[in-house]
Amino acid sequence: MSLTRQDVEKIAHLARLSITEQEMPVYVTSLSSIVDFVDELSGADVGSVEPMAHPLDGQRQRLRPDAVTETDHHEKYQRNAPSVQGGLYVVPRVIE
Amino acid sequence: MLHNLSVGELAERLRSRELSSVELTRHFLGRIERLNPALNALITLTADAALAAAAAADRRLADGERAPLLGIPLIHKDIFCTDGVRTSCGSRMLDNFVAPYDATVVARLKEAGAVMLGKANMDEFAMGSSNETSYYGPVKNPWNTAKVPGGSSGGSAAAMAARLASFTTGTDTGGSIRQPAALTGVTGVKPTYGRVSRYGMIAFASSLDQAGVFARTAADAATVLKAIAGFDPLDSTSVDEPVPDYPAMLDAPLKGLKIGLLREFFDGLEPRNAALIHDSLKVYTSLGATTVEVSLPHLPLSVPTYYVVAPAECSSNLSRFDGVRFGYRCDQPKDLADLYKRSRGEGFGPEVKRRIMTGTYVLSAGYFDAYYLKAQKVRRLITEDFRAAFQQVDLVVGPTTPTPAFDIGAKMDDPVTMYLNDIYTIGANLAGLPGISLPCGFVDGLPMGLQLIGPHFSEGRLLNAAHLYQLATEWHTHAPRGYE
Repeated sequence: MSLTRQDVEKIAHLARLSITEQEMPVYVTSLSSIVDFVDELSGADVGSVEPMAHPLDGQRQRLRPDAVTETDHHEKYQRNAPSVQGGLYVVPRVIE
Repeated sequence: MLHNLSVGELAERLRSRELSSVELTRHFLGRIERLNPALNALITLTADAALAAAAAADRRLADGERAPLLGIPLIHKDIFCTDGVRTSCGSRMLDNFVAPYDATVVARLKEAGAVMLGKANMDEFAMGSSNETSYYGPVKNPWNTAKVPGGSSGGSAAAMAARLASFTTGTDTGGSIRQPAALTGVTGVKPTYGRVSRYGMIAFASSLDQAGVFARTAADAATVLKAIAGFDPLDSTSVDEPVPDYPAMLDAPLKGLKIGLLREFFDGLEPRNAALIHDSLKVYTSLGATTVEVSLPHLPLSVPTYYVVAPAECSSNLSRFDGVRFGYRCDQPKDLADLYKRSRGEGFGPEVKRRIMTGTYVLSAGYFDAYYLKAQKVRRLITEDFRAAFQQVDLVVGPTTPTPAFDIGAKMDDPVTMYLNDIYTIGANLAGLPGISLPCGFVDGLPMGLQLIGPHFSEGRLLNAAHLYQLATEWHTHAPRGYE
């Protein structure tokens, strides 16, 4: 196994995912096999190639005038929220 | 029968008032009611809204309007936001999510007068190659319901093959239009990255995702692509290039067309599958094209490259699902950390969690250079291989998939085997290139796909080559038994 249970616990914490006891061994095995598989890249000779983040060359981030184009939709958007009070999203208490 | 007619033929009947959009819509709704229970191709049916939209289309037709998609029924992949209609992305996470706005693809087809019948099933968050990761259960292949339809746009492909709509929409991040199109025997088009707006299309891997279309024929796909393509200021990666008149380009002669046969696509390919591709090439040579072998030496690295880049982008994109603003929230969270972790742990399915964790790992301190940066460099090498090939030839061809549709359940326990199913489609996504899959024959009674890939923005030429192939062959006219 290229990843240990501790590795997967750390990754799950970084990703803010709860993983059950039953799921854990499955992820240790399958994530290890994925990591072994993508390790094929380590043998690739990339020389001084520039990393490529965008599939089309020469595209630049467009800028737009700093003008208000949106109207207020908060009521409509908050209809999808699990818990709202007075137009605010409700989460468990953070500061005691 | 109406469900076998092309978009062009239906549009003519609608214009002549020989057929109304309400009649056509009822016809498809009846087929969905009768045939979909065995397929599970739809997550949400919007019958009332469809009939209202059809009646509105009929009024526009009565006023003499002549838009090519006016009154034509379609099904959207459930990854596209639809104002006021549940948009689940195949996930428990969004099971209760009613989109508050339309995706640009949805808005453009609405304006064109097309009639949405419902939302198609899909792999959860478009992560999968078999449509088995959906929270709403697997989609069955109409050619054999023990087989997968491919994924991630499996519902859109199965609905197309079963003739449940005149066309359907899909998205393609690593083959998610072309692979299911091949496995269900329909025509699937993945445009150039940036050609169609991604606004309102729930993000998986933002440097790879692209919207496209499933249709009965390349000619129909040309009509739909013309309607959805084009610059959109709401998508920062949308490309500001004029949209050619694709339907007008369909009949250009192929004399002198140079086709490259991708050597790497034939290494180890099953002989019966390879024979179908060689037969297709004979069709092209008889139409005046010439063929030459080309090589993309870095292509064998495309799957590992993709399975670093796509999970990395997915782990970042899916961080928005936090149980606070929309989507699933766990019961009785004891604090904010518990709220995040359990909402995400319970709301996402196993494959999505696996990809988020793969992405988190390759982006984490100490591994970023070895995996993510390395993959981005190999991505450039693969893109350069394609560029070099397109200096010799106009387009490249090969199979869309290594095998026909496989059994439901066959690859679910082994993610790497599942990932290798995308070996022929991923290259075009990494390089941002347009690709088409066309039905080109059968192996063991199951359809196989011929894949054409062209340079950036060559959709017109690809559709042209696909259309002339379909005029010379009849593979695309076959329907699965029981769905004729």
